[in-house]
Amino acid sequence: MKSPLLQVENLKVRLDVGKTQVRAVDGVSFSINRHETFALLGESGCGKSMTALSLMRLLPDAGRIVSGSVSLDGQDLLALPEIAMRSVRGERIAMIFQEPMNSLNPVMTVGQQIAETLLRHTGLRGEAVQERVLELLDDVGIPDAKARCNDYPFQFSGGMKQRVMIAIALACEPDLLIADEPTTALDVTIQAQVLDLLRRLQHERGMAVLLISHDLGVVADMAQRVAVMYAGEIVETADREAFFAHPQHPYTRKLFASLPGAARRGQQLEIIRGMVPRLDQEFSGCRFAGRCDSAWARCHDSIPEWVEVAPGHGVRCHLFAALQVSTPTPALPLQGGGCETGTALSTPSPLQGEGWDGGEGVAPLLQVGDLKVHFPIHKGLFKRVAGHVMAVDGVSLAIHSGRTLALVGESGCGKTTVGKGILQLIRPTAGSVRFAGEELTRLKGAALRARRANFQIVFQDPYSSLDPRMRVADIIEEGMMALGGAATASERQSQVDSLLQQVGLSPDSKYRYPHEFSGGQRQRVAIARALGVKPKLIVCDEPTSALDVSVQAQILNLLKGLQDELGLAYLFITHNLAVVEYFAHEVAVMYLGRIVERGTVEEVMCAPRHPYTQALLSAVPAVDAGSSREIIRLAGDLPSPANPPAGCHFHPRCPQAMPSCRESYPAEVVFSATHSANCLLFAGK
Amino acid sequence: MLLFLLLAGVAFYAWRVRQREHLLQPWRRLMRSRSGMASAVVLLAFVAVGVLDSLHFRLPLERQANNARLHYAPDVLSVFDLLAGPLRKQLEKTYSAPFAVHLFTKETIELPGGKQARDFPRLKYGGAHLRDPGADRAADIAVTAATGAFYALVLCAVMTALLVLWLARRRGVSPGTAWMLIRHGQDEIPWRTLLAAIGLLTLFVCLAALLSAKYHLLGTDKVGQDVFYLALKSIRTGLMIGTLTTLVMLPFALLLGIMAGYFRGWVDDVIQYTYTTLSSIPGVLLIAAAVLILQVYMDSNQDMFDTVAARADIRLLFLCIILGVTSWTGLCRLLRGEALKLREMEFIQAATAFGVGHFRIIARHILPNVMHIVLISIVLDFSGLVLAEAVLSYVGVGVDPSMQSWGNMINGARLEMAREPMVWWSLLAAFVFMFVLVLSANLFSDRVRDAFDPRVK
Repeated sequence: MKSPLLQVENLKVRLDVGKTQVRAVDGVSFSINRHETFALLGESGCGKSMTALSLMRLLPDAGRIVSGSVSLDGQDLLALPEIAMRSVRGERIAMIFQEPMNSLNPVMTVGQQIAETLLRHTGLRGEAVQERVLELLDDVGIPDAKARCNDYPFQFSGGMKQRVMIAIALACEPDLLIADEPTTALDVTIQAQVLDLLRRLQHERGMAVLLISHDLGVVADMAQRVAVMYAGEIVETADREAFFAHPQHPYTRKLFASLPGAARRGQQLEIIRGMVPRLDQEFSGCRFAGRCDSAWARCHDSIPEWVEVAPGHGVRCHLFAALQVSTPTPALPLQGGGCETGTALSTPSPLQGEGWDGGEGVAPLLQVGDLKVHFPIHKGLFKRVAGHVMAVDGVSLAIHSGRTLALVGESGCGKTTVGKGILQLIRPTAGSVRFAGEELTRLKGAALRARRANFQIVFQDPYSSLDPRMRVADIIEEGMMALGGAATASERQSQVDSLLQQVGLSPDSKYRYPHEFSGGQRQRVAIARALGVKPKLIVCDEPTSALDVSVQAQILNLLKGLQDELGLAYLFITHNLAVVEYFAHEVAVMYLGRIVERGTVEEVMCAPRHPYTQALLSAVPAVDAGSSREIIRLAGDLPSPANPPAGCHFHPRCPQAMPSCRESYPAEVVFSATHSANCLLFAGK
Repeated sequence: MLLFLLLAGVAFYAWRVRQREHLLQPWRRLMRSRSGMASAVVLLAFVAVGVLDSLHFRLPLERQANNARLHYAPDVLSVFDLLAGPLRKQLEKTYSAPFAVHLFTKETIELPGGKQARDFPRLKYGGAHLRDPGADRAADIAVTAATGAFYALVLCAVMTALLVLWLARRRGVSPGTAWMLIRHGQDEIPWRTLLAAIGLLTLFVCLAALLSAKYHLLGTDKVGQDVFYLALKSIRTGLMIGTLTTLVMLPFALLLGIMAGYFRGWVDDVIQYTYTTLSSIPGVLLIAAAVLILQVYMDSNQDMFDTVAARADIRLLFLCIILGVTSWTGLCRLLRGEALKLREMEFIQAATAFGVGHFRIIARHILPNVMHIVLISIVLDFSGLVLAEAVLSYVGVGVDPSMQSWGNMINGARLEMAREPMVWWSLLAAFVFMFVLVLSANLFSDRVRDAFDPRVK
């Protein structure tokens, strides 16, 4: 076997933060072979991006590499002078960043940006550069490359920008491509397109890819070998098959177990206790020991050695060092098989037990009828209304108390606007919102304010949803004061304490400011704030999409527990289908301002009828690598809601489109009492 | 009056902060920063001079036998004038250089023998006690300075001892330990820096007090007034213009800027048009017009303004108001932009979802989150305003010519820069004083901003 392309030995990176040193990367070793995709998997803050940046020697000023070696084809990168390093970057190692919006220069055309790399690293000049740029744009699948290479980045959508980034990275045909969370900011259908592209290009050019991701699904889809990082260390390395079939390290196993999915409906998700340890301390034992269920005395006393449990499969854990050959670990109940095996979903979960009569005869808590939210587009000197963005265009739904309705869709489809329209944070243009029989759209001022205690919202980003200059106690108190909850200050304080306990935070934390908390803890504060006014309905606007998998599990468990305890109804807005399968009772799928399919979670997730739902479901990378699935690739991007396509909104991207789809918007076709879709395919039946 | 209202406000705020632990914390953090404390000491010294200079009164004249009513002297004095008594009264004829014993210009002097000669005459006060100025001056200055330094040293030692004792009682340790704490900078509050700053200040005060009694420390100006005294008197003018204008400007900028950004729609349109219009009128014209109107009004109602100081003060106040009215647009524009950004933040929407009213949202969420911008721009404006005063004095619409201000000093010195040899001292004095004030204000507000941002630790 040839020597590996990239060999990293005992890499250590320190970050200077004030007086302390953070061990961002602490003794990481791995190697990548040619033509291979190597995935670095880990939660945020575990040092995976730092590892990638130190390979490129692009660490921030506070960071420095204290020891270790990085050799590319036998050449030690860390010993190179900066000027030689510059020709390595871009030419031999290229990098794609997470955020396509920020990684392109907004005042240069994309053609110029690609040419910039070519001019630096190749001898091409003049016409030849232009030709190569067009070739590259063609390669990454940008239609009409000739016209588009003179466009500016803002004229491209997110997925297209990421393609341009890839074109820049590929410009000099690098040996190694570092992809740092290349699809995290993209929607599932776009993510599937970009991953496809990466795979194809890798196949064609034979480069090695270092894929950095927190998403087990993406890793399962792309990687040949996987390394799991935790707190600056690699804790497990294995081939993909071995990794997904028999994860060994307790952390990896926990990570798998905390994934939501159909198979775990009705159960509590496994959570990892506590938090990632601070990295500014000297470790005397295993870094995971404090959170590990199978930790024993030795785990706290001595640092575990690297153990090979099988060829190519290594683990850093005392459990295996002691036994050397591990006892056969019980196979993990992997998800994804829920529908096919027909077990998990059909068994009645405790949540939807016998008490639930299917909603017949009971008036729903929230009834939304034909909700429309249109934003006017102003143009010209006198701000004439030139058109409307039809963000929400006729959405109807109903939620019963104690139930969860999931609203699923890609970004830009109007699902968040639906949530805000229901809460009257954005006044709907037309339609009705009836809460417990009362029409909200016509209420104004004080009358509306009085009813606000009944419905609350939890936002997506826990960093911007809490006022950074207020203490936690003030934040939670605010709603109670505004809506006249507890009367006296001391009553309110005791209520704040009990709320904090309810969401799993200690009452002492109420005197702290939000920035002192982690993302998951902030989200708990946001939930406590919503609970403070004793609502009946909570609109959860992607509450877990900004969080790590293990923290997501904690929040989902919390939400579920609160629902059981208090009988809350949730409108759960999300794009994460695994969360839907785990959490929701009913599902509504949105596309471009309208609901295209609705039904119970079993009906929609296991037997999707609408082509869009089918595509959405198939585009999610499955963790269960063994299962073969047919992936429906959607072409193109979401059209603009200011100018939706005539007829069925989905027809330009639909693989099963018929001529008649172009003519009129399809009517609702009912499959069962609860299941319906808007598609002409079924109109005849 | 306004100044005292302001002081009362600060005192009330301090009392309120002492009651609440979480409001106290940012100030604690401020106490721990070195540059913050050092600049605070300098600022406090400036403010002390300014406040002393604002305590006005009139000396009673001697009672006349046939009249029971008390008469007051026509000129208003301040407490500061009393303290700096000799400085005020020791007028020379015209320019003299710092520490000079002779006038700056030649005059015809009558010699003892009855003959006349053209020479630099001796000053009336500066170094008047010296018999042979040429030989004794340097030695005398050195001796006086040494005495001053000695006093300063004694004062510093006393203050340090007091501090050590106080700290020892406060922390419950022996004085020796307290001394070690201070020396090694181990206490939370940077006492060393604080002591050094106070020490330097005391040294400066002692030197200035002793030397200025015998010499004109910074020379004299055209009409023979002591420049050092003028510079000290100008502190009040500078502080007044800086603070009062800011006070006038702030409500406009805060209220209108945040309202424009938060409510949008027609409110935004109206406010935007207002400040666009206002900022396109040349400010100097507006100020000149306003000051002239005031001048006419004062001339026609002379009995309302009975003293020169009252007239000067009312003119200063009016100038502050008009400067405030013209200068709020910049901050307003900044705040509008920030409020536009903030209103889309999710915590504002969460508050709306709780049914919190608009003005509560503005007061509790938006205002604290734009405070850093307000603070920065106030400090920048403060220095800008002190400078603007100089420009306006040049145009002739600034503060009353009878009022001592750095602007007037610079304006006066401007013409003499072309002289050979140059008259540099009044310009330098004004420059140094202005520079120290503005620099310490900048440093201090920098620290305040850091201390009040909960995200910075």
